[in-house]
Amino acid sequence: MVSVNLLIMIPFLAAALIPFLHKRISRLHIGWYVLLIPIILFIFLALYIPSIASGATYLFMVNWLPTYGINFSTYLDGLSLIFGLIITGVGALVILYSIYYLNENESLEHFYAYLMLFMGAMLGVIFSDNIMVLYVFWELTSISSFLLIAFWFQRKRSREGAQKALLITVSGGFSMLAGFIMIGSITGSFSFREIIEIIPDFYDHHLFIPAMLLVLLGAFTKSAQFPFHIWLPSAMEAPTPVSAYLHSATMVNAGLYLVARFTPIFGGEVAWFWLVTGIGLVTMFWGSFTAVRQTDLKALLAYSTISQLGMIMSMFGMSSAALNNGYSTDSVVYTQAAFAGLFHLINHATFKSALFMVVGIIDHGVGTRDIRRLGGLATYMPITFTIAMIGSFSMAGLPPFNGFLSKEMFFTSVLNIRELNIYSLETWGTMLPVIAWVASVFTFIYCMIIVFKTFLGKYQEERLERPAHEAPVGMLIAPIILGILVIVIFFFPNVLGNYLIVPAMASIFPTFAAETDLGVTISAWHGFQPELWMTIGVVVFGVLLFISLKYWKGIYALLPESWSFDSLYNAILEKTEINSNKITNYYMTGYLRDYLVYIYIFFIILAGGTLIYTGALDFNIVDDAPIDPIDWVIAITMSVGAIAVIFAKSRLTAILLNGVIGYGVALFFVLLRAPDLALTQSVVETVTTVLFLVAYKFLPEWKKEDSPRRTKSVNLLISILVGTIFVTVALAVQNGKLFESISSYFENSYELAGAKNIVNAILSDFRGFDTMLEVIVLLIAGIGIFTLIKLKARKGEEELENK
Amino acid sequence: METLITILAGVLVTVATYFLLSKSVIRVILGTAILSHAAHLMIMTMGGLKGGVVPLLDGEEQGPYVDALPQALILTSIVIGFAVTALSLVLAYRTYQETGTDNLDELRGNKHE
Repeated sequence: MVSVNLLIMIPFLAAALIPFLHKRISRLHIGWYVLLIPIILFIFLALYIPSIASGATYLFMVNWLPTYGINFSTYLDGLSLIFGLIITGVGALVILYSIYYLNENESLEHFYAYLMLFMGAMLGVIFSDNIMVLYVFWELTSISSFLLIAFWFQRKRSREGAQKALLITVSGGFSMLAGFIMIGSITGSFSFREIIEIIPDFYDHHLFIPAMLLVLLGAFTKSAQFPFHIWLPSAMEAPTPVSAYLHSATMVNAGLYLVARFTPIFGGEVAWFWLVTGIGLVTMFWGSFTAVRQTDLKALLAYSTISQLGMIMSMFGMSSAALNNGYSTDSVVYTQAAFAGLFHLINHATFKSALFMVVGIIDHGVGTRDIRRLGGLATYMPITFTIAMIGSFSMAGLPPFNGFLSKEMFFTSVLNIRELNIYSLETWGTMLPVIAWVASVFTFIYCMIIVFKTFLGKYQEERLERPAHEAPVGMLIAPIILGILVIVIFFFPNVLGNYLIVPAMASIFPTFAAETDLGVTISAWHGFQPELWMTIGVVVFGVLLFISLKYWKGIYALLPESWSFDSLYNAILEKTEINSNKITNYYMTGYLRDYLVYIYIFFIILAGGTLIYTGALDFNIVDDAPIDPIDWVIAITMSVGAIAVIFAKSRLTAILLNGVIGYGVALFFVLLRAPDLALTQSVVETVTTVLFLVAYKFLPEWKKEDSPRRTKSVNLLISILVGTIFVTVALAVQNGKLFESISSYFENSYELAGAKNIVNAILSDFRGFDTMLEVIVLLIAGIGIFTLIKLKARKGEEELENK
Repeated sequence: METLITILAGVLVTVATYFLLSKSVIRVILGTAILSHAAHLMIMTMGGLKGGVVPLLDGEEQGPYVDALPQALILTSIVIGFAVTALSLVLAYRTYQETGTDNLDELRGNKHE
């Protein structure tokens, strides 16, 4: 049996091969070859349906980093199978559509390579059992989506959209990684299977809630939930097949997948319930409310996707209520929300992809997708119109389309959840159906906009770039298949329910599945239940509001454009850049003195602070060697000389006073019985003085410091503090002699090295390595000086070199 | 004796720091030179200044010798300090020649003001 791991790798392999194949094969469109891959994968996965439906699951292991517990392990169960079939199935249709949609002049090899990269990454996300591996694929989807959004990279808006999508999804992904690491450190495992087994022991762990929030942040950003939804409308700059595939059926579902996957881990928490349900419903409302306002068909579809994703998200959230008390016959009813969510997920993938393809056909055909310029296309594009109608009515929740069934089940769920007496639902629970209902009304309105404003009404040929005409057959095949699916699912929903959703429910509620059958029989007609009245209400109010749209459209103008989340995002980006610029320019002044001041202030705070903090200020001068009068004389002369340099009026004075200090040091070396040092010091001091004097002629005039008095006093204060700390540290160190010097060893220099001068023996024998490198320092300095003086790059020469 | 030299080194450090914070390149170089003097004196002092004879084995007096290790270290340091001072002096000379100034404030390369 071929393992699922191999299945994930096939698209990656294809992505690597496509550029080579593209060069070789020029006769046939490269997309035809690519098309084979998702078809094969789809068939392969479809073959698993019977065994998965009978309760089997498959675990495949490939060792990757076993020492860290990170292995490329994949798990095939009901939940991942649903997503796998959507990814490969819609993928095949999208590739078929893109063969006709994209021009031969486009860089097709890039397009299909990115698309295959994305497909492989997406399959990796849903089949990974190891959360770290899941994260790897998760970021790969972000990257390939980034590449696909900016496919037409010559356009500024494409690049902006891609950047926004990447920034938002990657920050979410990053927080998700933090959450995963927390889960790993709580449970000691990265495998879903093992985590689900042992997580009940860790509900009280202090990292449990932070891990949950971080993982949710990742899911919300990826699935375009409020307020992270803003990247999805901007991502509409991508080619339409990409929008149809990534931004309606696959990538945006990754967050939903994650929430469903983590429900058995975090689902029992009240925070999980309210966050997922609440954010889902808010997203649903905000998406549908904003969609009505859009004039661009793709933007409208983007907001409708946001809204539908919010709806599915809220259903997953509501289903987690069942986990609060564990299994009981009463709580099983709440799991049905997840069933409805999965059902709607499949439905959404079918009708939304079809709608995107329809919009692509319109855009391709007449050269615009602005609703204000469209109208009356129905007579010119009958097939496209039919598909658009099927898709829109399904999205609006009308029979005989699959959206009706899932919308009804959604209403059932929100009505059920109101009955629950936990999570303070008795006070807030009534809000849920109300928000859901209002959002559904707006959903109905924008669905009508798609159909009636685009296809019916007045045909405005003069405002179109090309006259309207029906699309080529090849372009219509994929949306037709999806449109047929929409209707087929309506008439035979239970096939889907029994074979796909029931096994997926077993993955979400493993403890419940052991006790009872989680399946429900979906029926199109279940009598005059409250949910049916809600749907009728949606239709009535929706029609009324749609007809009166131009009268109340003014409410959108109440909220100024600058108050949108988009402008907030832009403002944050802009302000961050401006402020970091300001901060950097504030402290990176370019003045050497300022940087030295920072360094000295840090020195003063750290060294002085440590001295005071550790109480090391302990002096003892009893052990000092006696001081000769001559020492006093030299020391005082040097101090006076040093201070006098500051006040020196001319260069010559300064140089000579520097010499006084140097020769003073040499005299001290004599007094302290260091003949070699005294010799070297006096020679070096002489040479340095000579050097200064040689440079005398070339060096600038010794000017008086013209700094302001304040700067000078700050400098003086810093200098005195540095000097004081230096002295205190030195005195404190001398107080604490810890052990004897090792120098007595070097006194054997005659026996060991045949040398009578101990200092020289150390330099050339015991520690000869130092001396060798010191010679190299001199050599480098010499070469440096030579280069500085001899080689002078003129500007003209530089240009010559660059040529 | 140790305390006296330590305080002397402290005075040198203070003067050197004051020079390093000034505007003129030549003062900064002078500051580094003075700072290295202070460092050398400190290495010497840290080795202990207790009496002893010159560390030469064929001298008239036989032990105890003064500590020879700090002397070797200082010798290395003097040479390196000299090399750096010489290089920076030439660098200052070249800078002055090319730019016509030795004022560090005027030598700023910061374009974003």
